Amino acid sequence: MGFVRRFLSRPTTFAGLVVFFLVVAIALGAPMIFAHGPFSIVGMPLLAPGAPGLLAGSDVLGRDMVVGLAYGARISLLVGITSTCCAVGVGVLLGAFAGYYGGWVDDLLMRVTEFFQIIPSFVLLMVLVAFLQPSLGSTVIGIALVTWPQVARVVRGEFLTLRGREFVQAARVLGMRDGAIIFTQILPNALPPIVVISSMMVANAILTESALAFLGLGDPNLTSWGSMIGDSRSAMWVAWWTTVLPGACIMITVLALNFIGDGLNEALNPRRRH
Amino acid sequence: MRLRYIAMRLVKTVLVAVAVVLLSFFLIRVVPGDAATVMAGQSGYADEQYMNSLRAEYGLDQPLPVQLWKYVRNVAQGDLGTSYVRRQPVATVIMERLPNTLLLNAFALVVAAAGGIFLGAAAARRPGSLGDSAVTVLAMLFYAVPQFWLGLIMVLVFGVWLAWVPPFGIETMGADYTGLARLGDVAQHIILPGMTLALYFLASYARLTRASMLEVADQDFVKTARAKGLTERRVARRHILRNALIPLITYAGLQASILVGGSVLVENVFSWPGIGTLASEAVKARDNPVLLGIFIVTAILVCLFNLITDIAYSIADPRVELG
Repeated sequence: MGFVRRFLSRPTTFAGLVVFFLVVAIALGAPMIFAHGPFSIVGMPLLAPGAPGLLAGSDVLGRDMVVGLAYGARISLLVGITSTCCAVGVGVLLGAFAGYYGGWVDDLLMRVTEFFQIIPSFVLLMVLVAFLQPSLGSTVIGIALVTWPQVARVVRGEFLTLRGREFVQAARVLGMRDGAIIFTQILPNALPPIVVISSMMVANAILTESALAFLGLGDPNLTSWGSMIGDSRSAMWVAWWTTVLPGACIMITVLALNFIGDGLNEALNPRRRH
Repeated sequence: MRLRYIAMRLVKTVLVAVAVVLLSFFLIRVVPGDAATVMAGQSGYADEQYMNSLRAEYGLDQPLPVQLWKYVRNVAQGDLGTSYVRRQPVATVIMERLPNTLLLNAFALVVAAAGGIFLGAAAARRPGSLGDSAVTVLAMLFYAVPQFWLGLIMVLVFGVWLAWVPPFGIETMGADYTGLARLGDVAQHIILPGMTLALYFLASYARLTRASMLEVADQDFVKTARAKGLTERRVARRHILRNALIPLITYAGLQASILVGGSVLVENVFSWPGIGTLASEAVKARDNPVLLGIFIVTAILVCLFNLITDIAYSIADPRVELG
């Protein structure tokens, strides 16, 4: 069975992919679908879902919830994907060198990753974003800073087991330089676990971003799912939809990404291959 | 041998604590403008002379290594600086709130461990059954739900619509209960935030207990116990469960940092007067010393908790590689 068929054969993975692509489409198309931006006031505040022209009702300031939710998807995906890319870039590079060369580089990296594992990273993240001033950039940098060690650990472990294999020895005998061995020989073989951990990290980054925005540590000029929940706390009692809908969006997106991650894990796991 | 191990773990804990303080000093440097600019900005009065006197007062005019040394020395003596907003020592402000946070976290940890072990053991007894799948599905859902949102839903459903338990605060304001009545009051208030914090971990403990029990069940000593003619119940409780619980100790240590992070959000949702609520107040007031103090205190607490779990592990499983 090919990888794609093995990957798509799980119903949860398939459902996860469908939902994920739907969210991506809404995020990309938001400015084209809606005539107004997420901050424009379209009617009375706190209109229930189903009011004329307001599929998901309006928020505390009379803004269209549907538009807010669509624009929120943009922020969630943007933060999730860019912060993961940064973390994976740094983690792969450092993990690869540590695992390949070993010695004091490896010791140092392991101490650093242990440090990040022990300290409460969400509190550190709050400090980082607050000190750098809340913005899209500081959110992405902050999340990448506290998550790269996870990637580095995984990559280092893979390199540690792969560096002694015969194909690496063969490359060395052929006179290949270390850089070439690391990137063209070992890295491609270490990709499966990196791909799996990346999909999980996007999901976690989306959760983290929403938590930061909820606490008021999001970009004040952007609408995100977390900030929608944070902004409507005073209205929660009378207008459940202002809280429930953005949270449901986060949950569905994260669930879809976790399903994709599980599917990737199953399909890429070498022990299951024939 | 074990003493040596404990000594080494102690050294490691101290090193991590020192690293936390160094990182904090670096973080202070990251802020655009120094403390003098911030304080001058808050007092609404800033000429060059006043700023310079502030800088001299707080030692900001001295070379960096001197400042670093002073900072490390101060933190080691429990001086975490002064809150910009309250004009009180940060350590005092944090210590006022810390017991509440510890109470909430301990409650969540106990509920999560007890509930998780119970559900996990039940699921492991019949792998593939309906109950087993239910545990897996619940765990999956709790991994995907933002904890603060789950908290808000709990407030809405159990605190407001059903009105079973009080949703906010740690005790009834102005009631001035004492003794047992106060204890009962706090117990009512801790249910919602405690359960919100516990549910995520409960799901992961259940999954871990299940996996661990299935693994242990295959080992030779279990077969021996069965061959001795012990009842299935006794084998499961005395032989499998006891050994399956050992990895949970390490897991509790590893999860402590996530537990603390979650409690910042959960406290905020339920207005629980702990350091998590303090942290979000500090964020809103731009009270950086308090925020940084909370980071240092929580990091060191998690560190100590890890030390304890590591020692507990070495006692529970003497086979562990000490090093």
